[in-house]
Amino acid sequence: MSGFAEKLRAAMVIARRDFVAVVFSKTFIFFLIGPVFPVLVGGLAGSIGGKVQQNVERPTIGLAMSADDSRAMLGARTELQGRVPGMIPEIVVLREIAPGETFDARAALADGDRPVSAVLGGTLEKPLLTAPGERARQWVGVVSNLAARARSATPTDYPAVAVEEVTTSVAKVKTGQIYTAQAAQVMLFLLTMLLAGMVLSNLVEEKGNKIIEVLAAAIPMDAMFMGKLFAMLAVSLVGIAVWGGVGGAIVLAGARNLPTMSVPAVGWPLFLTLAFLYFAMAYLLMGSLFLSIGGMATTVREVQTLSMPVSMFQLMVFFFASFALTSPGTWIDWASIIFPVSSPYAMLARAAQYPDVWPHVVALGWQVLWVIVIVRAGAQLFRRTVMKSGPSTAKRSIWSRLRRAKAY
Amino acid sequence: MTGNGIDAGGVEVASTELAIEARGLVKRFDGFTAVDGVDISVPKGSIYGILGPNGAGKTTTLRMLLGIIDPDQGYRRVLGHERPTDVARRIGYLPEERGLYPAMKAYEAIGFLAALRGVPLKEGRRKGRELLEAHGLGYAADRQIRQMSKGMAQTVQLLGTLVHEPDLVVFDEPFSGLDALNQGKLERMIRDLAARGTTVIFSTHVIAHAERLCDQVAIIAGGKVPFAGPVDVARDRLRPQVRLETRAQDGVWRAALPADARHEGAFWHFTLPETGVEPLLRALIEGNAGILSLSIERAGLHDAFVAIAGEAAAKALEESAGEPK
Repeated sequence: MSGFAEKLRAAMVIARRDFVAVVFSKTFIFFLIGPVFPVLVGGLAGSIGGKVQQNVERPTIGLAMSADDSRAMLGARTELQGRVPGMIPEIVVLREIAPGETFDARAALADGDRPVSAVLGGTLEKPLLTAPGERARQWVGVVSNLAARARSATPTDYPAVAVEEVTTSVAKVKTGQIYTAQAAQVMLFLLTMLLAGMVLSNLVEEKGNKIIEVLAAAIPMDAMFMGKLFAMLAVSLVGIAVWGGVGGAIVLAGARNLPTMSVPAVGWPLFLTLAFLYFAMAYLLMGSLFLSIGGMATTVREVQTLSMPVSMFQLMVFFFASFALTSPGTWIDWASIIFPVSSPYAMLARAAQYPDVWPHVVALGWQVLWVIVIVRAGAQLFRRTVMKSGPSTAKRSIWSRLRRAKAY
Repeated sequence: MTGNGIDAGGVEVASTELAIEARGLVKRFDGFTAVDGVDISVPKGSIYGILGPNGAGKTTTLRMLLGIIDPDQGYRRVLGHERPTDVARRIGYLPEERGLYPAMKAYEAIGFLAALRGVPLKEGRRKGRELLEAHGLGYAADRQIRQMSKGMAQTVQLLGTLVHEPDLVVFDEPFSGLDALNQGKLERMIRDLAARGTTVIFSTHVIAHAERLCDQVAIIAGGKVPFAGPVDVARDRLRPQVRLETRAQDGVWRAALPADARHEGAFWHFTLPETGVEPLLRALIEGNAGILSLSIERAGLHDAFVAIAGEAAAKALEESAGEPK
């Protein structure tokens, strides 16, 4: 049997033992009802997310008017913005229309390169607003006001705005996909925060039972780490299946109409598949880190002490990925994709917004590589700092172990 | 590395006949040298003891041989492989600090330990039930470890150590914590294993166990191994002691006695001269000593330990034996 196959076999032995020990324990029922608490946290995170959303959306009207009218509209917008900050949409000039020239407003709304939520054409006397129905109704008054001020500094005559409704716009689709991306990130964060922390205390049991030495002599240490991660991932998936099933049943029973989400750029089937894979990757990445750190702990008290900084670390990763969502194409966006533990969050958001599939293949490979690197490093550290003989070593604190590990 | 191995006792053994071969093993922890240049050669099918006081480096040596930790320096070959973890399936290990998952049933625990060593889980559990039955614990096969006495749990772990029928069994202080009855059982089990061709290596701080069981020993003290080889060779490090009773009180035969001979009661006590027993006997007979009795006693392992490792190590060994583990 090859080294990899042997490690996989050994990992499965550990995974099976841990999975059975957790799922068939009496305390597992408490695990299943645990999400009540993160749902509350989710509500709070949602309000933070709402603020992020305001920054992301940036509703914009594209102008397709004559050069003079366009200039006048921009001036009016600047003036009104000063009086009622935040209430006036952005205005960009799509094209200055020459006399007799026509402009395809619907095509402009469908153009993904320069996403606008509405197109304003016609003249200042007879403005024509092309927009999705809801958006058009929302902006008719604003556009009339802007056109009136563009014509006169002290307007008395407010022109009637003609409306040409379209079913949707690229901007609306983009905005909806950002909602989807954000919702997916929040869900991914909640699940990993809820579930990955369990891994912290995973090796304390083996140390307490003194079976760790038997395991260390029988199988490679990284196989043991992998087995423990697989087991806890499987336990988590059981939990998710139960929670998802219950949630689905509630929705089907019509207890509550959930808001519909925009179709992700890669489509729902692939998006859900990627969501599953990125959850697994986020879990394995966070879990391998936590397992390595938790492995240094000698007592349950030390594990408890570690829980808070570990949760804070998860929050920071989540906020980093959320912030990157507001800055597409910047170095922050790339950093969140490349940084291993934030990569699953960033890439899941990307799946909601961009249709390309190959970046996900690359990202998943990158994340798998980092899981292996972290597990191997954690296993090495564990062997060097924990697997020593003598009572003084057993009593040594995690900080002392980590400090001394540098010596090797 | 191929060829022959030479142990500290000067015994040359072909490497292919060795279950374990270690040269110059060194392990340091935080600047403290726990094991300092240990050489060990364990012949296949033998019972090999690592004898030394607590803190001498026994467990660290065993852990290096098992691949639990890597040596800082030195070389090891276990069952023909330089990486012991490559042959983990052929090794059984009972650590000094024993432990099992408390929620597991006895037969499940044995099955789990078998699965770790490559035995299919179902087969391991079946063998577990058989072994428990064979060792009088069949009634407890479905009992959780947490519901068992310490002795029963230790037996379960011992059976789990042997369930995959390993070629090499490593015991770290196997007798500690066992009552006399179970110590006897374990001694028989070790002899049975060796009789079936299994190599057994164990650490102990009790000379009697090493003397009774071992074909070869490594005496370890302060992280060093001043002697490794057959028990007889260790004992032969000391000249046999002679106890002589004669009819004649004096005569020319007295010249045949060594200078350190002392007369206590009716007996003369002295170390057998290097020339051997025959010249001594001839001199006593020709000198009309009138031999009433003459006994020659080989040195025990304890005396050999004192001679090899020194008084301080021997004292530490005695203290270790008195300490609760």
